[in-house]
Formats: sequence, structure tokens, C-alpha cells
Amino acid sequence: MVYITRIEHFNAAHKLYNPAWSREKNEEVFGKCANENWHGHNFELFVTLKGDPDPDTGFVYDVKKLSIIVKEHVIDKLDHKNLNVDVDFMKDKLCSIENLVIGIWNELTPHLPAGVQLHSLKLSETPRIFVEYYGN
Amino acid sequence: MNKKVAVYRKEHFNAAHRLNNPLWDEATNKQVFGKCNNPHFHGHNYELVIKVTGEPDPQTGYVMDMKLLSDIAQENVLERFDHKNLNDDTAEFKDLNPTAENIAIVIYNILREKIDMKFDLQIRLYETERNFVDYPA
Repeated sequence: MVYITRIEHFNAAHKLYNPAWSREKNEEVFGKCANENWHGHNFELFVTLKGDPDPDTGFVYDVKKLSIIVKEHVIDKLDHKNLNVDVDFMKDKLCSIENLVIGIWNELTPHLPAGVQLHSLKLSETPRIFVEYYGN
Repeated sequence: MNKKVAVYRKEHFNAAHRLNNPLWDEATNKQVFGKCNNPHFHGHNYELVIKVTGEPDPQTGYVMDMKLLSDIAQENVLERFDHKNLNDDTAEFKDLNPTAENIAIVIYNILREKIDMKFDLQIRLYETERNFVDYPA
């Protein structure tokens, strides 16, 4: 079993804000991330597949093909977008990277060919903050 | 003999922005600025490198106390721009397109007033790992 990772990136605006709370409560919990006029990040997405190398190609899966799938179904929806406003699968969700990585998993998995196993997604918001998700 | 040494301090801030020229129509803005024109904004982790050049002080061995340089940057640049919308939240970009070029010029002008004129100052600003600018060039 080999794990292979493709890294993609996107730049986006967001804010952390719970609409059920007052502005004061949001600022207390989310601090400067609650800025009503948004802030933004360079996000990096690590997509890790697992499997045995194919005897004919030596590949677990062609990462160029993986890149095309990830770009078409994930990155195009997120890059240079406002995550709270522009992204259908984040509608009515709190826009943390925890929720975003789950949303990306759910967007991506239906588009992977049969037999391709997604092992994990790692999503970084800054070089010092990242989350990992294994689909359960 | 030239005893000048360059010292660098790195800082970072995260901000939203959009590129838009209000004198142009929507189609032209979209054509020129592409996805950076998104009316709902997008954002970046900006990395700021402040370069100060001068002769080390004979008493301290420092060109400039890096803690002091960091405090100046924190107070005058990061508090102004970190977790902000550059277009909507800052006076500096109310009427100025917040490209990396213009952000670097604005930061230089802010810091130039706070750093002794005996030192040379240069700003490098990374918008992404692959896009960065220097000012003055």
C-alpha cells in the first residue's frame, strides 16, 4: 500500500461568524476572524490517495488526472471566491477550515473513478494552521 | 571600507481584497483583472519582508534592534491590515487599487516615516509564494 499526495492551492476570502449570535458574541469567540467585511488566505489542499501501484503503469493513480478532477470539482469553486457567499456547498455552514475540509471531501469523492481510494485531505489556512480529514 | 549590513524582519498578515478600477465598466474590469475582480472579494496570506540597511552601531552591534522594527511593523502595518478587507476597511486603499505593487508602496511610505533616514529601507511583499514585489525597485 502506497500513499500518494497531490497539492493544490486556492486563494479565498471568508469570515468566521455565527449568524445566530450578536456581533459582540461573534467578536468575543472568533476575534479578528469575525471581521464583517471579510479577510482572506492562501489555502493549500493536500489530496492523498492510497493503493497498490498498478503493475502496468507503476501508478497508484495518475496524479495529473487527479489534479484535473480536483481542479474541476473543488478548486474552480473556491479559488478567488468568497467562501461564505460564493460557494454552494458551504451555504448555511460556519466557514471554518474544519467544515470546509468536510465539504471538500463530500464534493470530491463522487467524482473519483471506481477503485480510487481517497485516504485523507489536509487543508492549510496559513503555514501554521491546518486540518486533516479521513472521511469519518 | 563599506560596513553596511542589511537586516531583514519578516511579518505576515491575512487580508481580503479585490482588484477593480471604478473608472472602468464591469466588463473591462473583468477582462483586465479576471478572477481577482470578484465583487465578493478573495484573500491572501501576505508575507512582508522589511529590509533595513545601515552600519552596525559600535555600542550594540545592531544595525537596528529587530524587536523595535517588529514593534513598528506590528503597530503601523499589521494592526492596520491584518484580518481586514483592504478595499473596505482601510483608508489607504479607499481610492487605490490594492495590488501587491500598491500595497508595497503604501507599506514603504508608512514605515519610512518611522525608521531613521540614515537607514535604507526596502519592502518585499509576497501575495502568494509565487507572486511577490519589491519596492523601491
